[in-house]
Amino acid sequence: MTTRWLGAPIKRNEDPRLLVGQGLFVDDVQLPGMLHAVVLRSPHAHARILRIDVRRALEHPDVLLVLTHADLPPSLREPLPKLIPHPDLKHHKTQYTLAPDKVRHVGEPVAFVVATSRYAAEDAAELIEVDYEPLPAVVDLEDAAAGRPALVHEDIGTNVAAHSVQRVGDYEAARARADLVLARRFVVDRGCASPMETRGVVAQWDPRARQLTVWDSTQAPIPIRNGLAALFGLAQKDVRVIAPDVGGGFGPKIMMFYPEEVLVPLAAMRLGRPVKWIEDRREHFVATNHERTQIHHAEIALDREGHILGVRTVFLHDAGAYIPYGLIVPIVAECTLPGPYRIPNYHAEFRAVFTNKTIVSPYRGAGRPHGVFVMERLLDLAARELGMDRAEIRRRNFIQPHEFPYDVGLIYQDNAPLVYDSGNYPAALERALEAVDYPRWPEEKARYRAQGRRVGLGFACYVEGSGIGPYEGCRVTVEPSGKVYVATGVGTQGQGHFTSLAQVVAEALGVDVRDVHVVTGDTGAFGWGTGTFASRAAVVAGSAVHLAAQAVRQKALQVAASLLEASPEDLELADGQVRVRGAPSRSVSLGEVARAANPLRGVIPSEWEGPGLEATRYFAPPRGTFSHGVHAALVEVDPETATLRFLRYVVVHDCGTILNPLILDGQIHGGVAQGIGGSFFERLVYDDSGQLLSGSFMDFHIPTAVEIPEIEVIHQETPSPLNPIGAKGAGEGGVIPVPALVAQAIEDALDDLELEILRMPLHPDALFELIQKATRRGS
Amino acid sequence: MREPLRTVQLEVNGKAYTVTVPVRKTLADVLREDLQLTGTHVGCEQGVCGACTVWLDGEPVRSCLLLAVQAAGHRVTTVEALGTVDRLHPVQEAFWENHGLQCGFCTPGILMTVAAFLREHPAPSRQEIREVLAGHLCRCTGYQNIVRAVEDAARRLQARRT
Ligand code: FES
Ligand code: FES
Repeated sequence: MTTRWLGAPIKRNEDPRLLVGQGLFVDDVQLPGMLHAVVLRSPHAHARILRIDVRRALEHPDVLLVLTHADLPPSLREPLPKLIPHPDLKHHKTQYTLAPDKVRHVGEPVAFVVATSRYAAEDAAELIEVDYEPLPAVVDLEDAAAGRPALVHEDIGTNVAAHSVQRVGDYEAARARADLVLARRFVVDRGCASPMETRGVVAQWDPRARQLTVWDSTQAPIPIRNGLAALFGLAQKDVRVIAPDVGGGFGPKIMMFYPEEVLVPLAAMRLGRPVKWIEDRREHFVATNHERTQIHHAEIALDREGHILGVRTVFLHDAGAYIPYGLIVPIVAECTLPGPYRIPNYHAEFRAVFTNKTIVSPYRGAGRPHGVFVMERLLDLAARELGMDRAEIRRRNFIQPHEFPYDVGLIYQDNAPLVYDSGNYPAALERALEAVDYPRWPEEKARYRAQGRRVGLGFACYVEGSGIGPYEGCRVTVEPSGKVYVATGVGTQGQGHFTSLAQVVAEALGVDVRDVHVVTGDTGAFGWGTGTFASRAAVVAGSAVHLAAQAVRQKALQVAASLLEASPEDLELADGQVRVRGAPSRSVSLGEVARAANPLRGVIPSEWEGPGLEATRYFAPPRGTFSHGVHAALVEVDPETATLRFLRYVVVHDCGTILNPLILDGQIHGGVAQGIGGSFFERLVYDDSGQLLSGSFMDFHIPTAVEIPEIEVIHQETPSPLNPIGAKGAGEGGVIPVPALVAQAIEDALDDLELEILRMPLHPDALFELIQKATRRGS
Repeated sequence: MREPLRTVQLEVNGKAYTVTVPVRKTLADVLREDLQLTGTHVGCEQGVCGACTVWLDGEPVRSCLLLAVQAAGHRVTTVEALGTVDRLHPVQEAFWENHGLQCGFCTPGILMTVAAFLREHPAPSRQEIREVLAGHLCRCTGYQNIVRAVEDAARRLQARRT
């Protein structure tokens, strides 16, 4: 019997060292002679810099270096690189390493101080004098779009960075035929990822070897290496970027560049000593990218039976002060909106707008929760209007299992057509409804009501684009010890790649998963790849790992065949051995095969394709793959305190072939918790002058174990035909439908008030106001 | 102005250390930088996230809110003293078994709180577990498997005692 590793709930290889405090996070890197850096940041949302005087800081006895814009080499005085251009992005304004003559958001770096300790560097930063001339702050998104009260970038004469339209069919014609047209304005407000580890960078320059080593809490070490090499005029081989253990990423830890990722290496090279910079939590709230303000004017057109004839959404996207990441979030939002439904006519149009706020880039979900919120809300309100059951209206519009591949008609974030590969949307909804006993819900609700309790049932459906290209690669090596080493470019921020990727290899080579050692996120170990984003690591890197492991397997069979004087077809791999099927005594260990594949003398047959038991393979998916799911929850609302309590939470989730259900469930749990936080507890509040009022954990309430309910996960497995392991991404599904579900559940709990929840995140004050208004209207 | 320094004796994980440190340096920073005990993490420096939790005379405290000089004369225990890779503490075993960690950044602090809590409450209810965990933020796990791990740890510790 060979052990099945793939799909088994294997506990994680990486855990023991993390549990005993032997992880290596960036802040754990300590080097002899290391210096510490601090960034002086703008206290203003929008201001001209009139003068910077660093003399007093330089006089501080512990200070070695102070940098302002004027001190940077010419290549770093330019705006930082433009990532992911798009033809509709007319004004691709990117951030500066250090602000030149103007600051555009609170927290923008103005000066950089290096001293012998962090404490001294902070003292010295306070000695820098900066004269600012404050300008009116562009805070409100709709004002900003109209060019009020100022321009974030004067030279372009507008605050609108991009205007983009995608059309499927003819929405206007569909609207003209419709029995019901329902239009609303939806607002999804700012949030942020807040990984428990803030960002950090350590850099070391070895002038003799001309080697730059950078430890960076990034989700994309290889692009960072390539970018640093270009900026500093070094060969890529002379720059090594290591993303060691990363304490949560969720999107914002992928940027190119955050200014500190350039400043720390620059300082290390100038001073010839290692330099460390660790972001503190207060900085994190203004200096690490945010996500999400979008205002949608959306409309749905239906016939009397509830069939969707068309949908239109015209929305504003708040990009923040710069737009390095291009149009990814609004494109993902408009492409996620159609979800599991057949929408023959669709008009999506957005403007991406500059404001004097922290830069926006993808955070777990990356526009998907916005799209799903708008679509699900439109369906709920339409069902209400048509007097139709909210499950029924969805059933009538689902794409059916036989319709795959299903071309939505849009162009996705990877510039490829948006084509769903596989899925079973109706089944997922029925599973979720069955789990919460939807048919009996009216009686159940009445029972709660009789006890004086307001409990609502909410559910929401979504499709999650994941596993996009361009590619990832992997090298699998069996050493003579019999241990297997796997190197790949995707970093890990807790998703368990050390285990799930090891399972893929263990399965192919018949070795124990504990004998498979995965190295990720070190450009010195593997130098090709793009990064961990868009729920793609397990899919794209997982497929590359599979291909490399299969190649090693073929080679092991070939080499062992000559050792055992058998034909490769008669051999099997199990328990770390290659053996003759039916004659287990005729066997050779994988380690011995590895040794034989790398002889000191003799001949290597040409079909071995070189020495050693090793293979490198790349996987480039033709296009993205689409997971889907349905969440359902019972939510109790206390109308007096406007607080929520989740009584039950059920997730039906289909992300294709499951590599490790333990890890998958963990991803879902974490996503749901972030979704709940982003729906009701966490808020980024700005005042009119562009100051962030909720920039600490005292004001930005990440939910704790008390607020997060038990989460029940039901798996459905519809494999993807687009990759050899059948996997689809799982990183974001947990978070996507939560705002839509919370809104529906609250409306259901308070159905006598006929609330309409059109804004997320909601929070107790906002809900209280809604309840008060509705009560006044009713009385 | 030169930094005021003070030399203090610290007892950490049963070992005596003499360190000369700035008076304003936090215990967390001294543990991590001066004693190289980097298992204690710093997530907020505001006393909210709990990642920096260590024991002071056996009781959980937030080492980001204490100065190292205040710890002089007290026994400090960090996650490094809980168990080793070859001999995990039952709470660590339970976290491993139940996938109670993802990125692992919040984990050491939570382990310190949980290990102390289970000493006093050998058979806690789910609600009690959730309440004691409310002093810690975890952004990865949604707390599900942490709660499970704590229940499992309680069982493991019980089994050990009997
Ligand atoms: S670092 Fe001490 S509580 Fe967050
Ligand atoms: S495991 Fe990542 S913060 Fe808890």
